[in-house]
Amino acid sequence: MQSTMTFRRYMVLVAVMLGASLGDTCLGIGMKHMGPVSIHHLSSLLLALRIPSVLIGILLLIGFFASYLTALSWADLSFVLPATSFGNVVVALLAKFWLHEHVSPARWAGILLITIGVGFVTQGPSYTNHSQIDSTDEEATVPAMASNVKEQSV
Amino acid sequence: MSHTVGPSVWLMIAAIVVMATAGDVLLASAMRQIGDFDDIRAHAGLGGAVAAVLKNVRFLFGVLCMAVSFFSLLFALSWADVSLVAPASAALTFITNAFAAKWILKENVDRRRWFAAVCVGAGVFFLAR
Repeated sequence: MQSTMTFRRYMVLVAVMLGASLGDTCLGIGMKHMGPVSIHHLSSLLLALRIPSVLIGILLLIGFFASYLTALSWADLSFVLPATSFGNVVVALLAKFWLHEHVSPARWAGILLITIGVGFVTQGPSYTNHSQIDSTDEEATVPAMASNVKEQSV
Repeated sequence: MSHTVGPSVWLMIAAIVVMATAGDVLLASAMRQIGDFDDIRAHAGLGGAVAAVLKNVRFLFGVLCMAVSFFSLLFALSWADVSLVAPASAALTFITNAFAAKWILKENVDRRRWFAAVCVGAGVFFLAR
């Protein structure tokens, strides 16, 4: 594995974590503003597109998906998913300090666990170089084959 | 909403987790096949990069799996409490993604990544309850 992370790439990861969390939050605010939608009148969901926070939420989620795909093009899935889960922590902290919501001890425990997990994964390499692994396997195979030939000749 | 968690609810959670993991793996595989998105954008422009993604079959199947996972979540939410379905599916998806990354995508999932996946999965479970 090799570390290919640059400042710009860390910013893409920040865009992934904030895009998903803030996009969902904006959609939630907008849909609360609209009220419940009946399953028999699903076409009324189109009216939600007139609500500014729904539009902002959709734009943020499009930005999230583009950033997520970009991140997956130069980093492993097992690196991107834990690294970007910090967005859940951001939302919980916003809820506590901006919206003054109650954050239970279980949620603080969740914030601590996610922070530890993100801290661990971002300290390591971001990408598995398969060509290097293959060449390492070949190098490991060649001496083994050579020793087999030696044993047979003896 | 039901207050007892029967096997059918766990089956629905399993369906959400499997489809979400399949979607993530297919998207990751598609982007690995396409190559560094920044390089493609530098050579072919944003339109060329978007076209390269949209033409990729794995990407299209990945989006399909994500959509099925989303509708499975909506379906499950009509049967069981959101406080169970949302955290359980989100937390389990982190763990199954780590397994899929190791065994399907052949990523080097070392102890650090296993530990991170378990920590984040548990953290999301606590946070979403």
